[in-house]
Amino acid sequence: MSRRALVEWGLFVAPLPVVLVIAYLVPLLGIFQWSFTDPQPGIGNYVKIATDPIIHSIAWRTLRICLLVTVVSVAIAYLISYHWVFGPPWRQRLIEVCVLIPFWISVLIRAFGWVIVLRPRGLVNEWLMTAGLIAEPLALVRNEIGVVIGMVHFMVPFAIFPLMAVMRQIDPRVMAAARGLGAWPIRRFVEVFLPLSLPGIVGAFFIVFIFALGFFITPAILGGGRVVMIAEYVFLQMSQTANWGLGAALSVVLLVFVSIMIWVLLKITRVEKLVG
Amino acid sequence: MRQQGPGRTSTALAYLAMLFLLLPLFAVIPVSFTGKRFLSMPEGDWSLRHYQALAESSEWLGSIGTSLVIALIAAVISTVLATAFSLGIWYRRSKLTPLLIGFVLLPMAVPPIISALVLYFFETGANLYDTIPGVIIAHVVIAVPYAVVTLLVSLSQLDRRIELAARNLGASVWQTSFLVILPNLKLGLVSAAFLSFILSWEEIAVTLFVTSFEVITLPRRIWSGLRDNIDPVIAAVSVVLIAVTVSAIVIRLIVQAQRGRGVEQ
Repeated sequence: MSRRALVEWGLFVAPLPVVLVIAYLVPLLGIFQWSFTDPQPGIGNYVKIATDPIIHSIAWRTLRICLLVTVVSVAIAYLISYHWVFGPPWRQRLIEVCVLIPFWISVLIRAFGWVIVLRPRGLVNEWLMTAGLIAEPLALVRNEIGVVIGMVHFMVPFAIFPLMAVMRQIDPRVMAAARGLGAWPIRRFVEVFLPLSLPGIVGAFFIVFIFALGFFITPAILGGGRVVMIAEYVFLQMSQTANWGLGAALSVVLLVFVSIMIWVLLKITRVEKLVG
Repeated sequence: MRQQGPGRTSTALAYLAMLFLLLPLFAVIPVSFTGKRFLSMPEGDWSLRHYQALAESSEWLGSIGTSLVIALIAAVISTVLATAFSLGIWYRRSKLTPLLIGFVLLPMAVPPIISALVLYFFETGANLYDTIPGVIIAHVVIAVPYAVVTLLVSLSQLDRRIELAARNLGASVWQTSFLVILPNLKLGLVSAAFLSFILSWEEIAVTLFVTSFEVITLPRRIWSGLRDNIDPVIAAVSVVLIAVTVSAIVIRLIVQAQRGRGVEQ
């Protein structure tokens, strides 16, 4: 490459990475450093993470809720993707609208909508009481139920995209062949379609799980401060108790965990396949 | 032989799933018309008072203005940076390419809470904390990976020979970019800018960390409203935003359908 061409190429490629090094990479390293220096030098913050029972219970709760949210989201997304790909054309269009509308609407408004639906005098409780099914309002919000419902609602579209990409690549002739060979619908699904769509399930599972781990807006609103997960705990360390070092150390642990998950995802599935 | 479609049970479940997706959005609509001062379903007392309060509130309107300005500038900067980068990557492959792309996409893979902390660290150090330029930079960092992905996908669909043709006819890199490539990339550029705009307009996780009381974006004001005492004005704001989003999606689908029909004819 001539010197001039190299300079021209650099003028195109360099600005964005330079901006990100200054505004993202250097401060990220600063966070690492913080986790070892604040409030005093040493590995005190990491020792606290390893030994503090409160942090352990928050970590377990985070894993439990995220796992539940991921399984439910992927199941719902699987159902919707199946109809989006194989349903009659008008249903496909209806599904497209029903998925895109929540997808493009702010996470705050979606959480707010769930508060209205789930609170003690909200839609669901009013319906159930009018129908005479319950006498007292059920507690559906400011607890784990509310957090799980809100998070599932947020994650479903993110699980749909990888699932659809994989389902679209399944050759319909394979299904027709299974049918021609006399397999009943359930057997066709379990033995043919499900294994073929497995890469989509794995991709959706990881994407949703990774996303759910670091997510704190919906849990903060629908949990009402009672269902604190790891990301919200970091937020509280920063915004209320000013435990900068502990927050930084927790972020480092979370980042390492997420990096491992992404690495596993890249190892077991081909990402190109998931984006279609 | 017709391919057998989904069965009845599964169809019924799919409709339930769609109801689940839309329910919280529909639920906001009646609440925004309540005549009461607090969050409630209207019981015969439908009123526009909360919309009026929204239209007359200098705080809410100010936040809408702040968010618009920030999102517009962040979208322009993200698109320009992402375009230059993607073009460079497209023009010349090198051993560095995968590493560069991986690095640029980093903020997309890192959990929002960590990005928030990182940008807080940057902005307090650079004296940008709680300023409009600070929020713009933070939003650019969050949005730019999505713009890069959009543009790289558009570029991958472009015929490489148009670049070679332009270069062989003696055009410089700049002439090739501005007169040949970019005009062919219009749709990708618009999508990247639009996506960056929306991401900035809705951004809350990072914004919470890099602002305190000077710069209150619309999501930040909604967040404070939701955490303190829930004011039905939030329902009115939500309905306006939902209405805008739904119209945009429906218009896009109609335009798409008409284009599709045009192609068939």
